[in-house]
Amino acid sequence: MSDEEKVGAGATAPEKPASTTAAAGPAARPPMSKERKQQARRRALRTLLLTGGVLGAGISGWLPLAYAQKKRLRPPGALDEKDFLSSCIKCGQCVQVCPVEAIKLADLVDGFGVGAPYIDARAQACDFSCDAVQCILACPTGSLTYHKPEFLAVRPGAKMADKPVLLAKENDPEPTLNLAERIGVARLTRPESCLAIQGKGFKGQARGPAFKGELRYMKVDRWKPIKVADHPYDTELCDLCVQACPIKGAISIETVFAPDGSQRKSPVVHEPCVGCGVCEMICPTEPASIEIIPGEGWRA
Amino acid sequence: MNPIQRRRFVDQIKVMFGAEPRKPEKFTERAVKAHELKRMTNKTDLQAMKAHMREHEQKSNKWRNRRWIALILMNLLFVVSFYFDIQILEGALTASRFIGFHLIDLNSALQVMLAHKHIITNLLIGTGTVLVLWLLFGGRTFCSWVCPYHLLAEWAEKIHLFLVKKKLVTDQPIDRRLRTVFWIVFAVLAFVTGYTVYEAISPTGIVSRALIYGPGLALLWVLALLVFEVFFVRRAWCRYACPIGLTYGVVGIFSPLRVKYTLEGCFHEGDCRKVCLVPHVLDTVIKGRAVDTEVAIGPDCTRCGLCVDTCPTGSLKFDVKGLSKLM
Repeated sequence: MSDEEKVGAGATAPEKPASTTAAAGPAARPPMSKERKQQARRRALRTLLLTGGVLGAGISGWLPLAYAQKKRLRPPGALDEKDFLSSCIKCGQCVQVCPVEAIKLADLVDGFGVGAPYIDARAQACDFSCDAVQCILACPTGSLTYHKPEFLAVRPGAKMADKPVLLAKENDPEPTLNLAERIGVARLTRPESCLAIQGKGFKGQARGPAFKGELRYMKVDRWKPIKVADHPYDTELCDLCVQACPIKGAISIETVFAPDGSQRKSPVVHEPCVGCGVCEMICPTEPASIEIIPGEGWRA
Repeated sequence: MNPIQRRRFVDQIKVMFGAEPRKPEKFTERAVKAHELKRMTNKTDLQAMKAHMREHEQKSNKWRNRRWIALILMNLLFVVSFYFDIQILEGALTASRFIGFHLIDLNSALQVMLAHKHIITNLLIGTGTVLVLWLLFGGRTFCSWVCPYHLLAEWAEKIHLFLVKKKLVTDQPIDRRLRTVFWIVFAVLAFVTGYTVYEAISPTGIVSRALIYGPGLALLWVLALLVFEVFFVRRAWCRYACPIGLTYGVVGIFSPLRVKYTLEGCFHEGDCRKVCLVPHVLDTVIKGRAVDTEVAIGPDCTRCGLCVDTCPTGSLKFDVKGLSKLM
């Protein structure tokens, strides 16, 4: 630091004559004064302090990911978690194109990558209102992609048997979504609370009047998603998950046999499920009876 | 470029990576003459000339104001593009699209390439575009003209300098080689862990995203950095830590746009070095150090223009290599 001060005061310091020839070569360094030695030592300490601070911060951002127990639901077309995290550049272009604002960026305390996008399906699921999976088109690094590079392995059960048909586009010449892999699978995780299994109907706003989530209702407006709260239901037997599902043939209400042999109705998830999470969002029970298991593959 | 200039050019690259600037050993004939002339001027004349110069000195913030406006507008464009959905500049500073054209921050792109080990076309196009852009505009120009953290740090620096003046704090410099070490460490970390570790703590990315997508707790890290800079180390992040700065600095090696120093009128009072973010690039303005009568400032310079504004004699000016000869 005294080096800096010395040159800083260059204007008044006695200057040495300039010369076209090399000086006598690198002269032996004069012995350092006690004060300079101390300053150098302090500078080294500060340098270590900053090194530790910055590396500590960097590592603390990474460790929760390295030891993550729970998977997060990523936007459609996301690579497998590890590859997703390595390729995401955290620009949020997927956030910007989503018409229902389903995609959010993780914060410091979330512990799954500062600035990395995720979907909280219960709050706002991806309902493919954009028709073409805009987030995939927007992604500049291939974190979200239609065509996974060949060297990356496909999770067991992730591959779709067929391109999923989007109900909203069913009558279009090209009715499918170009998704090759699912981002998760819907599971009836709390069958005991499911209204259909209990034989109950549902009347009213699916998630109450305060719920901000949006959904595209083909009967209301093909192009504009509306608030779920503005679209009350009235059904004899609750089938909201089936009504809301944007993918053809992904879920239906079937007659199933309980362990005691009695018949009852139940939502059943089928192979075309892409894991978008609309069923989880619309499920009127609290907590949701049906949920998306992120990163899960299809099992017959 | 003559051999003496070339030597300085190489030295300045070393200085960017953390070497201390050294007193040059060789000078051009005309530089020797100019230095000699300055030494021969008698003291009283010199004092009179300096006093005269100070009297007629015009305080200007021209380049600073231009820069602040450009920086704020650029970041604002990101914000309004998303807020009003006008789709002019989508994304954040790490990666964006300007009316459809991919733009990808070089350091972020590098981190992703190292971590993911796979490069798709869009990533390549965006990186190439930005590379050409900053090749033309001077590498670290990104730092002072675009990076939102730079502006915050600039304001924090004002507080720091105020406290220094009041003798409440002192600047505690750090070894400049640390930035190169960080650059390597984060590159290796990205490659080994397969995660873009640096992106999680990049104040550029954090501030940019906070502006566009709303504030988050990650801003606490930025705040911690600013506090550190106010009370301990002047401009610590930009000077000693930021790998983005070094990446763009390397681009700046080849850039034609830079600040040029003219020896003749300089009184060597060092005002420029006091305002400079990277004073090691201005070692050439110290009396007796200029190797030629005109010297280009090295690649670590952020082209912020503070020295151009501050110089009372107009000895530091923006310059485009080759263009001045052409005109």
